[in-house]
Amino acid sequence: MTSSTTNKISITLAVWSKNLSRDGITKMVLGLIASVAVLLLASILFFLLLQSWPVLNTTYLPLFFSSDGWHPLERKFGLLPMLWATLAVGLGALVIALPLGLATAIFSLYMAPAPLARSLNLIVAILAGIPSVVYGLWGLTVIVPIINQWQAPGASLLAAMLILALMILPTIAITTRSALSALPISLQQAAASLALSRATTITQVLLPAAKTGIRQGVLLALARALGETMAVLMVAGNVVQTPQSLFDPVRVLTANIALEMAYATNHHRAALFASGLLLMVLVSITLWLAIERTKNTTSARPHA
Amino acid sequence: MDLRQLFNNYLTLLFVGATFLSASLANAGEQRLVLTGSSTIAPVALEIGKRFEEQNPGVRVDVQTGGSSRGIADARSGMADIGMASRELAASEQDLHAFPIALDGIALIVHSSNPISILSNQQIIDIYTGKITHWKQVGGADKSITVVNKAEGRSTLELFLGYFKLTNSQIKASVVIGDNQQGIKTVAGNPFSIGYVSIGTAEYEASAGIPIKLLPMNSVIASVATVQQGEFPLSRPLNLVTREAPSGLLKQFIDFARSDAVSDLILDQYFVPLQAAKKP
Repeated sequence: MTSSTTNKISITLAVWSKNLSRDGITKMVLGLIASVAVLLLASILFFLLLQSWPVLNTTYLPLFFSSDGWHPLERKFGLLPMLWATLAVGLGALVIALPLGLATAIFSLYMAPAPLARSLNLIVAILAGIPSVVYGLWGLTVIVPIINQWQAPGASLLAAMLILALMILPTIAITTRSALSALPISLQQAAASLALSRATTITQVLLPAAKTGIRQGVLLALARALGETMAVLMVAGNVVQTPQSLFDPVRVLTANIALEMAYATNHHRAALFASGLLLMVLVSITLWLAIERTKNTTSARPHA
Repeated sequence: MDLRQLFNNYLTLLFVGATFLSASLANAGEQRLVLTGSSTIAPVALEIGKRFEEQNPGVRVDVQTGGSSRGIADARSGMADIGMASRELAASEQDLHAFPIALDGIALIVHSSNPISILSNQQIIDIYTGKITHWKQVGGADKSITVVNKAEGRSTLELFLGYFKLTNSQIKASVVIGDNQQGIKTVAGNPFSIGYVSIGTAEYEASAGIPIKLLPMNSVIASVATVQQGEFPLSRPLNLVTREAPSGLLKQFIDFARSDAVSDLILDQYFVPLQAAKKP
Protein backbone atom coordinates (compact mmCIF):
# COMPACT_ATOMS: atom_id res chain seq x y z
CA MET A 1 0.00 0.00 0.00
CA THR A 2 2.14 2.87 -1.18
CA SER A 3 -0.17 5.21 -3.01
CA SER A 4 0.88 8.84 -2.92
CA THR A 5 -2.06 9.85 -0.69
CA THR A 6 -1.09 7.29 1.91
CA ASN A 7 2.44 8.63 1.94
CA LYS A 8 1.28 12.19 2.27
CA ILE A 9 -0.96 11.31 5.18
CA SER A 10 1.74 9.18 6.76
CA ILE A 11 4.21 12.04 6.49
CA THR A 12 1.74 14.42 8.05
CA LEU A 13 1.20 11.96 10.85
CA ALA A 14 4.95 11.60 11.30
CA VAL A 15 5.35 15.36 11.55
CA TRP A 16 2.58 15.48 14.08
CA SER A 17 4.02 12.74 16.16
CA LYS A 18 7.41 14.50 16.21
CA ASN A 19 5.72 17.55 17.66
CA LEU A 20 3.66 15.59 20.11
CA SER A 21 4.95 14.10 23.27
CA ARG A 22 4.07 10.49 24.07
CA ASP A 23 1.39 11.78 26.45
CA GLY A 24 -0.01 13.87 23.66
CA ILE A 25 -0.41 10.84 21.43
CA THR A 26 -2.05 8.84 24.19
CA LYS A 27 -4.39 11.71 24.80
CA MET A 28 -5.27 11.97 21.14
CA VAL A 29 -5.89 8.25 20.69
CA LEU A 30 -8.00 7.98 23.82
CA GLY A 31 -9.88 11.10 22.83
CA LEU A 32 -10.66 9.59 19.43
CA ILE A 33 -11.88 6.39 21.04
CA ALA A 34 -14.01 8.31 23.51
CA SER A 35 -15.51 10.33 20.69
CA VAL A 36 -16.80 7.09 19.16
CA ALA A 37 -19.24 6.84 22.07
CA VAL A 38 -20.39 10.40 21.46
CA LEU A 39 -20.76 9.76 17.74
CA LEU A 40 -22.75 6.62 18.40
CA LEU A 41 -25.15 8.44 20.69
CA ALA A 42 -25.51 11.27 18.19
CA SER A 43 -26.18 8.87 15.34
CA ILE A 44 -28.77 6.95 17.37
CA LEU A 45 -30.50 10.20 18.19
CA PHE A 46 -30.35 11.26 14.55
CA PHE A 47 -31.75 7.89 13.46
CA LEU A 48 -34.62 8.13 15.94
CA LEU A 49 -35.43 11.66 14.77
CA LEU A 50 -35.28 10.62 11.13
CA GLN A 51 -37.53 7.61 11.63
CA SER A 52 -40.08 9.45 13.75
CA TRP A 53 -40.06 12.52 11.49
CA PRO A 54 -43.37 11.63 9.70
CA VAL A 55 -45.26 12.04 12.99
CA LEU A 56 -43.29 14.97 14.43
CA ASN A 57 -45.69 17.58 13.11
CA THR A 58 -48.79 19.43 14.18
CA THR A 59 -51.15 16.82 12.72
CA TYR A 60 -49.78 13.91 14.69
CA LEU A 61 -48.21 15.33 17.85
CA PRO A 62 -51.57 16.28 19.44
CA LEU A 63 -52.74 12.70 18.79
CA PHE A 64 -50.01 11.42 21.11
CA PHE A 65 -51.62 13.28 23.99
CA SER A 66 -55.22 12.44 23.13
CA SER A 67 -57.22 10.11 25.32
CA ASP A 68 -58.58 7.86 22.56
CA GLY A 69 -56.21 5.08 23.42
CA TRP A 70 -53.50 3.41 21.37
CA HIS A 71 -54.90 1.91 18.17
CA PRO A 72 -52.34 2.90 15.55
CA LEU A 73 -54.14 1.09 12.73
CA GLU A 74 -57.18 3.27 13.48
CA ARG A 75 -55.02 6.41 13.73
CA LYS A 76 -55.27 6.64 17.52
CA PHE A 77 -51.87 7.29 19.06
CA GLY A 78 -52.48 8.09 22.76
CA LEU A 79 -49.03 7.62 24.34
CA LEU A 80 -49.67 9.13 27.77
CA PRO A 81 -51.04 5.99 29.51
CA MET A 82 -47.85 4.18 28.55
CA LEU A 83 -45.71 7.05 29.79
CA TRP A 84 -47.44 6.97 33.19
CA ALA A 85 -47.13 3.19 33.28
CA THR A 86 -43.40 3.44 32.51
CA LEU A 87 -42.85 5.93 35.33
CA ALA A 88 -45.04 3.96 37.76
CA VAL A 89 -43.23 0.69 37.06
CA GLY A 90 -39.79 2.31 37.34
CA LEU A 91 -40.45 4.29 40.51
CA GLY A 92 -42.35 1.40 42.11
CA ALA A 93 -39.46 -0.95 41.47
CA LEU A 94 -37.10 1.61 43.00
CA VAL A 95 -39.24 1.96 46.14
CA ILE A 96 -39.08 -1.82 46.64
CA ALA A 97 -35.43 -2.28 45.67
CA LEU A 98 -33.90 0.68 47.51
CA PRO A 99 -34.34 -0.55 51.13
CA LEU A 100 -33.43 -4.10 50.09
CA GLY A 101 -30.30 -2.95 48.26
CA LEU A 102 -29.18 -0.65 51.08
CA ALA A 103 -29.79 -3.37 53.68
CA THR A 104 -27.88 -5.94 51.62
CA ALA A 105 -24.88 -3.62 51.26
CA ILE A 106 -24.82 -2.55 54.92
CA PHE A 107 -25.26 -6.09 56.19
CA SER A 108 -22.56 -7.59 53.99
CA LEU A 109 -20.12 -4.76 54.77
CA TYR A 110 -20.53 -4.15 58.50
CA MET A 111 -22.42 -7.02 60.10
CA ALA A 112 -22.08 -10.33 58.30
CA PRO A 113 -19.27 -12.70 59.24
CA ALA A 114 -16.69 -12.83 56.45
CA PRO A 115 -17.77 -16.12 54.81
CA LEU A 116 -21.42 -15.06 54.80
CA ALA A 117 -20.52 -11.64 53.39
CA ARG A 118 -18.52 -13.30 50.63
CA SER A 119 -21.38 -15.58 49.60
CA LEU A 120 -23.85 -12.69 49.82
CA ASN A 121 -21.68 -10.62 47.49
CA LEU A 122 -21.44 -13.57 45.11
CA ILE A 123 -25.22 -14.01 45.11
CA VAL A 124 -25.75 -10.33 44.34
CA ALA A 125 -23.24 -10.56 41.50
CA ILE A 126 -25.07 -13.60 40.10
CA LEU A 127 -28.41 -11.79 40.34
CA ALA A 128 -26.89 -8.99 38.30
CA GLY A 129 -25.81 -11.46 35.62
CA ILE A 130 -29.11 -13.27 35.04
CA PRO A 131 -30.49 -12.39 31.59
CA SER A 132 -33.68 -10.37 31.70
CA VAL A 133 -35.63 -12.92 29.66
CA VAL A 134 -35.00 -15.47 32.42
CA TYR A 135 -36.40 -13.06 35.01
CA GLY A 136 -39.37 -12.58 32.71
CA LEU A 137 -40.03 -16.30 32.28
CA TRP A 138 -39.77 -16.85 36.01
CA GLY A 139 -42.15 -13.97 36.62
CA LEU A 140 -44.62 -15.25 34.04
CA THR A 141 -44.69 -18.80 35.36
CA VAL A 142 -44.32 -18.13 39.12
CA ILE A 143 -45.13 -14.57 40.18
CA VAL A 144 -48.04 -13.92 37.79
CA PRO A 145 -50.03 -17.07 38.77
CA ILE A 146 -49.53 -16.26 42.46
CA ILE A 147 -50.86 -12.72 42.04
CA ASN A 148 -53.64 -14.10 39.86
CA GLN A 149 -54.97 -16.24 42.72
CA TRP A 150 -55.31 -13.05 44.67
CA GLN A 151 -56.38 -10.57 41.99
CA ALA A 152 -57.00 -11.47 38.33
CA PRO A 153 -55.38 -11.35 35.81
CA GLY A 154 -52.07 -11.49 37.68
CA ALA A 155 -50.08 -9.90 34.89
CA SER A 156 -50.01 -6.42 36.35
CA LEU A 157 -48.19 -3.29 37.44
CA LEU A 158 -47.32 -5.09 40.68
CA ALA A 159 -45.78 -8.08 38.90
CA ALA A 160 -43.67 -5.76 36.75
CA MET A 161 -42.52 -3.77 39.80
CA LEU A 162 -41.51 -6.92 41.67
CA ILE A 163 -39.53 -8.40 38.78
CA LEU A 164 -37.83 -5.09 38.04
CA ALA A 165 -37.04 -4.56 41.72
CA LEU A 166 -35.22 -7.88 41.71
CA MET A 167 -33.31 -6.83 38.60
CA ILE A 168 -32.14 -3.46 39.88
CA LEU A 169 -31.43 -4.60 43.43
CA PRO A 170 -27.88 -5.71 42.53
CA THR A 171 -27.11 -2.31 40.96
CA ILE A 172 -28.15 -0.54 44.15
CA ALA A 173 -26.43 -3.03 46.46
CA ILE A 174 -23.16 -2.99 44.53
CA THR A 175 -22.92 0.80 44.11
CA THR A 176 -23.87 1.33 47.75
CA ARG A 177 -21.27 -1.16 48.91
CA SER A 178 -18.52 0.42 46.87
CA ALA A 179 -19.53 3.92 47.99
CA LEU A 180 -19.46 2.84 51.64
CA SER A 181 -16.21 0.93 51.39
CA ALA A 182 -14.51 3.91 49.75
CA LEU A 183 -15.09 5.99 52.87
CA PRO A 184 -11.95 6.72 54.94
CA ILE A 185 -11.58 4.42 57.93
CA SER A 186 -11.11 7.55 60.10
CA LEU A 187 -14.86 8.14 59.97
CA GLN A 188 -15.54 4.86 61.73
CA GLN A 189 -12.71 5.48 64.19
CA ALA A 190 -14.05 8.90 65.06
CA ALA A 191 -17.55 7.50 65.53
CA ALA A 192 -16.16 4.76 67.77
CA SER A 193 -14.22 7.25 69.88
CA LEU A 194 -17.45 9.18 70.40
CA ALA A 195 -18.99 5.92 71.63
CA LEU A 196 -21.69 6.03 68.96
CA SER A 197 -23.72 2.86 68.56
CA ARG A 198 -23.40 0.70 65.45
CA ALA A 199 -26.82 1.84 64.19
CA THR A 200 -26.07 5.52 64.74
CA THR A 201 -22.68 5.24 63.08
CA ILE A 202 -24.27 3.68 59.99
CA THR A 203 -27.35 5.88 59.68
CA GLN A 204 -25.90 9.20 60.89
CA VAL A 205 -22.29 9.07 59.77
CA LEU A 206 -21.54 6.52 57.06
CA LEU A 207 -24.69 6.66 54.91
CA PRO A 208 -24.73 10.50 54.73
CA ALA A 209 -21.03 10.50 53.86
CA ALA A 210 -21.61 8.02 51.02
CA LYS A 211 -24.79 9.59 49.74
CA THR A 212 -23.33 10.85 46.47
CA GLY A 213 -22.30 7.38 45.38
CA ILE A 214 -25.56 5.88 46.58
CA ARG A 215 -27.63 8.46 44.73
CA GLN A 216 -25.69 7.77 41.56
CA GLY A 217 -26.42 4.07 41.92
CA VAL A 218 -30.09 4.74 42.50
CA LEU A 219 -30.37 6.85 39.37
CA LEU A 220 -28.47 4.25 37.34
CA ALA A 221 -30.93 1.66 38.62
CA LEU A 222 -33.85 3.89 37.69
CA ALA A 223 -32.49 4.36 34.18
CA ARG A 224 -32.18 0.59 33.82
CA ALA A 225 -35.73 0.14 35.14
CA LEU A 226 -37.13 2.62 32.62
CA GLY A 227 -35.32 0.93 29.76
CA GLU A 228 -35.95 -2.71 30.63
CA THR A 229 -38.02 -4.47 27.99
CA MET A 230 -38.25 -8.26 27.90
CA ALA A 231 -38.96 -8.99 31.55
CA VAL A 232 -41.62 -6.29 31.80
CA LEU A 233 -43.17 -7.32 28.50
CA MET A 234 -43.70 -10.83 29.85
CA VAL A 235 -45.31 -9.97 33.17
CA ALA A 236 -47.00 -6.57 32.85
CA GLY A 237 -50.07 -7.64 30.82
CA ASN A 238 -49.43 -4.96 28.17
CA VAL A 239 -52.92 -3.47 28.12
CA VAL A 240 -52.67 0.20 27.19
CA GLN A 241 -54.34 2.00 30.09
CA THR A 242 -53.44 4.49 32.80
CA PRO A 243 -52.80 2.40 35.91
CA GLN A 244 -55.48 2.88 38.59
CA SER A 245 -54.35 0.13 40.93
CA LEU A 246 -51.38 -2.16 41.50
CA PHE A 247 -53.31 -5.04 39.95
CA ASP A 248 -54.05 -3.33 36.64
CA PRO A 249 -52.25 -4.72 33.61
CA VAL A 250 -50.16 -1.94 32.01
CA ARG A 251 -47.99 -1.44 28.96
CA VAL A 252 -44.68 0.38 29.19
CA LEU A 253 -43.06 2.25 26.31
CA THR A 254 -40.30 -0.27 25.69
CA ALA A 255 -42.76 -3.18 25.64
CA ASN A 256 -44.88 -1.26 23.15
CA ILE A 257 -41.94 -0.92 20.79
CA ALA A 258 -40.93 -4.56 21.16
CA LEU A 259 -44.49 -5.85 20.69
CA GLU A 260 -45.35 -3.90 17.58
CA MET A 261 -42.20 -2.83 15.74
CA ALA A 262 -41.76 -6.00 13.73
CA TYR A 263 -45.22 -5.63 12.23
CA ALA A 264 -45.59 -1.87 12.02
CA THR A 265 -45.61 0.16 8.82
CA ASN A 266 -45.79 3.87 7.87
CA HIS A 267 -47.11 6.17 10.61
CA HIS A 268 -47.54 3.34 13.09
CA ARG A 269 -43.83 2.64 12.73
CA ALA A 270 -42.92 6.31 13.00
CA ALA A 271 -45.05 6.62 16.15
CA LEU A 272 -43.13 3.72 17.70
CA PHE A 273 -39.84 5.46 16.95
CA ALA A 274 -41.27 8.62 18.48
CA SER A 275 -42.05 6.70 21.65
CA GLY A 276 -38.46 5.46 21.60
CA LEU A 277 -37.31 9.06 21.35
CA LEU A 278 -39.50 9.98 24.32
CA LEU A 279 -37.99 7.14 26.33
CA MET A 280 -34.46 8.22 25.43
CA VAL A 281 -35.23 11.75 26.61
CA LEU A 282 -36.61 10.35 29.87
CA VAL A 283 -33.53 8.21 30.51
CA SER A 284 -31.20 11.07 29.52
CA ILE A 285 -32.84 13.38 32.05
CA THR A 286 -32.41 10.74 34.74
CA LEU A 287 -28.73 10.24 33.94
CA TRP A 288 -28.10 13.96 33.60
CA LEU A 289 -29.56 14.39 37.07
CA ALA A 290 -27.23 11.68 38.32
CA ILE A 291 -24.16 13.42 36.91
CA GLU A 292 -25.22 16.97 37.68
CA ARG A 293 -26.09 16.30 41.32
CA THR A 294 -22.88 14.38 41.82
CA LYS A 295 -20.84 17.28 40.46
CA ASN A 296 -22.44 19.76 42.85
CA THR A 297 -21.96 17.64 45.94
CA THR A 298 -18.40 16.68 45.11
CA SER A 299 -17.30 20.24 44.57
CA ALA A 300 -19.02 21.30 47.78
CA ARG A 301 -17.23 18.64 49.79
CA PRO A 302 -13.92 19.79 51.28
CA HIS A 303 -11.01 17.63 50.21
CA ALA A 304 -8.26 16.36 52.44
CA MET B 1 5.72 4.10 13.51
CA ASP B 2 3.01 2.01 15.07
CA LEU B 3 0.43 4.58 14.21
CA ARG B 4 1.54 4.67 10.59
CA GLN B 5 1.49 0.89 10.34
CA LEU B 6 -1.97 0.84 11.87
CA PHE B 7 -3.13 3.41 9.38
CA ASN B 8 -1.71 1.44 6.46
CA ASN B 9 -3.40 -1.73 7.65
CA TYR B 10 -6.62 0.16 7.94
CA LEU B 11 -6.33 1.41 4.36
CA THR B 12 -5.58 -2.12 3.14
CA LEU B 13 -8.72 -3.31 4.87
CA LEU B 14 -10.78 -0.57 3.26
CA PHE B 15 -9.39 -1.41 -0.16
CA VAL B 16 -10.08 -5.13 0.19
CA GLY B 17 -13.59 -4.39 1.45
CA ALA B 18 -14.29 -2.09 -1.48
CA THR B 19 -13.06 -4.74 -3.93
CA PHE B 20 -15.43 -7.33 -2.49
CA LEU B 21 -18.31 -4.89 -2.50
CA SER B 22 -17.83 -3.91 -6.13
CA ALA B 23 -17.43 -7.56 -7.12
CA SER B 24 -20.68 -8.51 -5.45
CA LEU B 25 -22.45 -5.53 -7.02
CA ALA B 26 -21.20 -6.58 -10.44
CA ASN B 27 -22.58 -10.08 -9.94
CA ALA B 28 -26.00 -8.89 -8.91
CA GLY B 29 -29.01 -8.74 -11.21
CA GLU B 30 -28.41 -11.81 -13.34
CA GLN B 31 -31.84 -13.20 -12.62
CA ARG B 32 -34.28 -11.58 -10.25
CA LEU B 33 -37.61 -12.60 -8.77
CA VAL B 34 -39.65 -9.86 -7.15
CA LEU B 35 -42.32 -10.74 -4.60
CA THR B 36 -44.60 -8.11 -3.05
CA GLY B 37 -47.66 -8.18 -0.83
CA SER B 38 -48.91 -9.64 2.43
CA SER B 39 -46.77 -8.93 5.48
CA THR B 40 -47.97 -12.26 6.88
CA ILE B 41 -46.32 -14.19 4.07
CA ALA B 42 -43.28 -11.93 3.63
CA PRO B 43 -41.15 -13.39 6.50
CA VAL B 44 -41.59 -16.97 5.33
CA ALA B 45 -41.17 -15.95 1.67
CA LEU B 46 -37.91 -14.26 2.62
CA GLU B 47 -36.61 -17.47 4.21
CA ILE B 48 -37.76 -19.59 1.27
CA GLY B 49 -36.11 -17.06 -1.05
CA LYS B 50 -32.79 -17.35 0.81
CA ARG B 51 -32.81 -21.13 0.51
CA PHE B 52 -33.74 -20.87 -3.16
CA GLU B 53 -30.82 -18.47 -3.76
CA GLU B 54 -28.43 -20.90 -2.07
CA GLN B 55 -29.52 -23.72 -4.32
CA ASN B 56 -29.64 -21.60 -7.48
CA PRO B 57 -26.55 -19.39 -7.70
CA GLY B 58 -27.08 -16.25 -9.74
CA VAL B 59 -30.72 -15.87 -8.73
CA ARG B 60 -31.89 -13.08 -6.46
CA VAL B 61 -35.23 -13.16 -4.68
CA ASP B 62 -36.51 -9.76 -3.56
CA VAL B 63 -39.36 -9.68 -1.02
CA GLN B 64 -41.29 -6.48 -0.26
CA THR B 65 -44.35 -6.02 1.95
CA GLY B 66 -47.38 -3.82 1.43
CA GLY B 67 -50.45 -5.93 2.12
CA SER B 68 -52.38 -8.59 0.22
CA SER B 69 -54.12 -6.01 -1.97
CA ARG B 70 -50.81 -4.62 -3.16
CA GLY B 71 -49.64 -8.16 -3.84
CA ILE B 72 -52.65 -8.79 -6.07
CA ALA B 73 -52.33 -5.41 -7.80
CA ASP B 74 -48.58 -5.80 -8.41
CA ALA B 75 -49.00 -9.31 -9.78
CA ARG B 76 -51.69 -8.10 -12.16
CA SER B 77 -49.74 -5.04 -13.34
CA GLY B 78 -46.50 -6.96 -13.67
CA MET B 79 -44.73 -4.76 -11.08
CA ALA B 80 -43.96 -7.98 -9.25
CA ASP B 81 -43.32 -11.45 -10.60
CA ILE B 82 -45.27 -12.91 -7.72
CA GLY B 83 -47.86 -11.31 -5.47
CA MET B 84 -48.36 -12.55 -1.91
CA ALA B 85 -51.95 -12.69 -0.60
CA SER B 86 -52.97 -14.15 2.74
CA ARG B 87 -56.53 -14.85 1.59
CA GLU B 88 -58.51 -16.62 -1.11
CA LEU B 89 -58.77 -14.86 -4.46
CA ALA B 90 -61.98 -12.87 -4.77
CA ALA B 91 -64.47 -13.43 -7.56
CA SER B 92 -63.08 -10.44 -9.48
CA GLU B 93 -59.55 -11.85 -9.25
CA GLN B 94 -60.17 -15.19 -10.95
CA ASP B 95 -58.07 -14.14 -13.96
CA LEU B 96 -54.97 -14.60 -11.76
CA HIS B 97 -53.32 -17.84 -10.74
CA ALA B 98 -53.06 -18.62 -7.01
CA PHE B 99 -50.74 -21.20 -5.45
CA PRO B 100 -51.09 -21.81 -1.72
CA ILE B 101 -47.75 -22.45 -0.01
CA ALA B 102 -49.12 -22.92 3.50
CA LEU B 103 -52.15 -22.41 5.71
CA ASP B 104 -52.58 -20.10 8.65
CA GLY B 105 -54.93 -21.28 11.37
CA ILE B 106 -55.57 -20.13 14.92
CA ALA B 107 -57.12 -21.95 17.83
CA LEU B 108 -58.88 -20.54 20.86
CA ILE B 109 -57.32 -21.98 23.99
CA VAL B 110 -58.38 -22.20 27.63
CA HIS B 111 -56.75 -23.82 30.67
CA SER B 112 -57.21 -27.60 30.67
CA SER B 113 -58.95 -27.45 34.06
CA ASN B 114 -61.68 -25.22 32.61
CA PRO B 115 -64.98 -27.19 32.39
CA ILE B 116 -65.97 -25.25 29.25
CA SER B 117 -65.45 -27.38 26.17
CA ILE B 118 -67.22 -25.37 23.50
CA LEU B 119 -68.13 -21.70 22.89
CA SER B 120 -70.34 -20.31 20.16
CA ASN B 121 -69.04 -17.57 17.87
CA GLN B 122 -71.37 -15.07 19.56
CA GLN B 123 -70.10 -16.07 23.01
CA ILE B 124 -66.51 -15.57 21.86
CA ILE B 125 -67.37 -12.14 20.46
CA ASP B 126 -69.16 -11.19 23.71
CA ILE B 127 -66.21 -12.35 25.82
CA TYR B 128 -63.71 -10.41 23.73
CA THR B 129 -65.83 -7.24 23.66
CA GLY B 130 -66.50 -7.34 27.41
CA LYS B 131 -70.21 -8.17 27.30
CA ILE B 132 -69.53 -11.48 29.04
CA THR B 133 -67.12 -11.01 31.93
CA HIS B 134 -67.57 -14.16 34.05
CA TRP B 135 -67.25 -17.84 33.14
CA LYS B 136 -70.56 -18.44 34.97
CA GLN B 137 -72.37 -16.63 32.13
CA VAL B 138 -71.31 -19.36 29.71
CA GLY B 139 -71.75 -22.26 32.14
CA GLY B 140 -68.39 -22.24 33.92
CA ALA B 141 -67.01 -21.23 37.30
CA ASP B 142 -67.99 -18.01 39.06
CA LYS B 143 -64.70 -16.35 38.17
CA SER B 144 -63.93 -13.36 36.01
CA ILE B 145 -62.53 -14.12 32.56
CA THR B 146 -58.96 -13.11 31.75
CA VAL B 147 -59.10 -12.14 28.09
CA VAL B 148 -55.76 -12.60 26.33
CA ASN B 149 -55.37 -10.63 23.10
CA LYS B 150 -52.51 -10.20 20.61
CA ALA B 151 -50.51 -7.05 20.03
CA GLU B 152 -51.41 -4.85 17.08
CA GLY B 153 -50.08 -5.87 13.68
CA ARG B 154 -49.78 -9.62 14.26
CA SER B 155 -51.26 -11.84 11.57
CA THR B 156 -53.07 -13.97 14.18
CA LEU B 157 -54.83 -10.83 15.47
CA GLU B 158 -55.74 -9.83 11.92
CA LEU B 159 -57.21 -13.28 11.18
CA PHE B 160 -59.10 -13.33 14.49
CA LEU B 161 -60.55 -9.83 14.01
CA GLY B 162 -61.43 -10.53 10.40
CA TYR B 163 -63.22 -13.77 11.18
CA PHE B 164 -65.31 -12.29 14.00
CA LYS B 165 -65.73 -8.95 12.18
CA LEU B 166 -64.28 -6.91 15.05
CA THR B 167 -61.88 -3.98 15.25
CA ASN B 168 -59.07 -3.99 17.77
CA SER B 169 -60.46 -1.01 19.67
CA GLN B 170 -63.68 -2.93 20.41
CA ILE B 171 -61.73 -5.59 22.28
CA LYS B 172 -61.53 -5.35 26.07
CA ALA B 173 -58.37 -7.30 26.81
CA SER B 174 -57.00 -8.16 30.26
CA VAL B 175 -53.61 -9.17 28.92
CA VAL B 176 -51.91 -8.35 25.62
CA ILE B 177 -49.20 -10.70 24.42
CA GLY B 178 -46.61 -10.80 21.68
CA ASP B 179 -45.69 -14.24 20.44
CA ASN B 180 -47.45 -17.59 20.61
CA GLN B 181 -45.24 -18.96 23.38
CA GLN B 182 -46.09 -16.05 25.65
CA GLY B 183 -49.78 -16.65 24.93
CA ILE B 184 -49.55 -20.33 25.80
CA LYS B 185 -47.62 -19.65 29.02
CA THR B 186 -50.10 -16.96 30.03
CA VAL B 187 -53.11 -19.26 29.55
CA ALA B 188 -51.32 -22.25 31.11
CA GLY B 189 -50.58 -20.15 34.21
CA ASN B 190 -54.08 -18.78 34.60
CA PRO B 191 -57.00 -21.26 34.98
CA PHE B 192 -59.59 -18.60 34.11
CA SER B 193 -58.11 -17.17 30.95
CA ILE B 194 -58.93 -17.49 27.27
CA GLY B 195 -56.59 -16.73 24.39
CA TYR B 196 -55.85 -17.62 20.78
CA VAL B 197 -52.60 -18.73 19.19
CA SER B 198 -51.36 -20.39 16.02
CA ILE B 199 -52.88 -23.82 15.77
CA GLY B 200 -49.66 -25.74 15.14
CA THR B 201 -48.02 -24.36 18.27
CA ALA B 202 -51.11 -24.91 20.42
CA GLU B 203 -51.51 -28.51 19.29
CA TYR B 204 -47.85 -29.28 19.84
CA GLU B 205 -47.71 -27.71 23.33
CA ALA B 206 -50.97 -29.37 24.43
CA SER B 207 -49.65 -32.77 23.34
CA ALA B 208 -46.42 -32.05 25.24
CA GLY B 209 -48.40 -31.83 28.48
CA ILE B 210 -48.82 -28.05 28.83
CA PRO B 211 -52.21 -27.56 30.59
CA ILE B 212 -54.12 -25.92 27.74
CA LYS B 213 -57.18 -27.06 25.81
CA LEU B 214 -58.05 -26.17 22.19
CA LEU B 215 -61.69 -25.22 21.69
CA PRO B 216 -63.54 -26.42 18.59
CA MET B 217 -64.96 -23.79 16.23
CA ASN B 218 -68.45 -24.36 14.76
CA SER B 219 -68.05 -27.89 16.19
CA VAL B 220 -64.96 -28.56 14.03
CA ILE B 221 -62.06 -29.86 16.11
CA ALA B 222 -59.13 -27.43 16.19
CA SER B 223 -56.16 -29.32 14.79
CA VAL B 224 -53.52 -29.07 12.10
CA ALA B 225 -55.32 -31.92 10.32
CA THR B 226 -58.67 -30.11 10.05
CA VAL B 227 -56.84 -26.99 8.82
CA GLN B 228 -55.11 -29.06 6.14
CA GLN B 229 -58.44 -30.61 5.11
CA GLY B 230 -59.87 -27.11 4.79
CA GLU B 231 -62.59 -27.80 7.37
CA PHE B 232 -61.45 -25.57 10.21
CA PRO B 233 -63.18 -22.20 9.84
CA LEU B 234 -60.63 -19.97 11.58
CA SER B 235 -57.97 -20.43 8.90
CA ARG B 236 -56.82 -18.96 5.62
CA PRO B 237 -54.51 -19.91 2.77
CA LEU B 238 -51.22 -18.13 2.16
CA ASN B 239 -51.16 -17.69 -1.59
CA LEU B 240 -48.53 -16.87 -4.16
CA VAL B 241 -50.27 -15.11 -7.05
CA THR B 242 -49.11 -14.79 -10.67
CA ARG B 243 -50.60 -13.17 -13.78
CA GLU B 244 -49.72 -15.91 -16.26
CA ALA B 245 -49.48 -19.63 -15.68
CA PRO B 246 -45.90 -19.78 -14.33
CA SER B 247 -43.07 -21.22 -16.39
CA GLY B 248 -39.29 -21.37 -16.17
CA LEU B 249 -37.69 -19.85 -13.10
CA LEU B 250 -41.06 -18.67 -11.77
CA LYS B 251 -42.47 -22.18 -11.90
CA GLN B 252 -39.30 -23.53 -10.33
CA PHE B 253 -39.62 -21.14 -7.40
CA ILE B 254 -43.32 -21.75 -6.82
CA ASP B 255 -42.83 -25.52 -6.96
CA PHE B 256 -39.97 -25.15 -4.49
CA ALA B 257 -42.08 -23.02 -2.12
CA ARG B 258 -44.81 -25.66 -2.16
CA SER B 259 -42.49 -28.63 -1.67
CA ASP B 260 -41.37 -30.60 1.37
CA ALA B 261 -37.98 -28.90 1.12
CA VAL B 262 -39.30 -25.79 2.87
CA SER B 263 -41.83 -27.22 5.34
CA ASP B 264 -39.40 -26.62 8.22
CA LEU B 265 -39.33 -22.90 7.31
CA ILE B 266 -43.14 -22.83 7.29
CA LEU B 267 -43.31 -24.54 10.68
CA ASP B 268 -40.75 -22.05 12.03
CA GLN B 269 -43.22 -19.25 11.31
CA TYR B 270 -46.05 -21.19 13.01
CA PHE B 271 -47.92 -21.85 9.79
CA VAL B 272 -49.38 -25.16 8.67
CA PRO B 273 -47.65 -26.80 5.68
CA LEU B 274 -49.85 -28.16 2.90
CA GLN B 275 -48.59 -31.71 3.32
CA ALA B 276 -49.04 -33.79 6.46
CA ALA B 277 -47.00 -31.84 8.98
CA LYS B 278 -43.70 -33.04 10.36
CA LYS B 279 -43.67 -32.10 14.03
CA PRO B 280 -40.78 -29.97 15.26
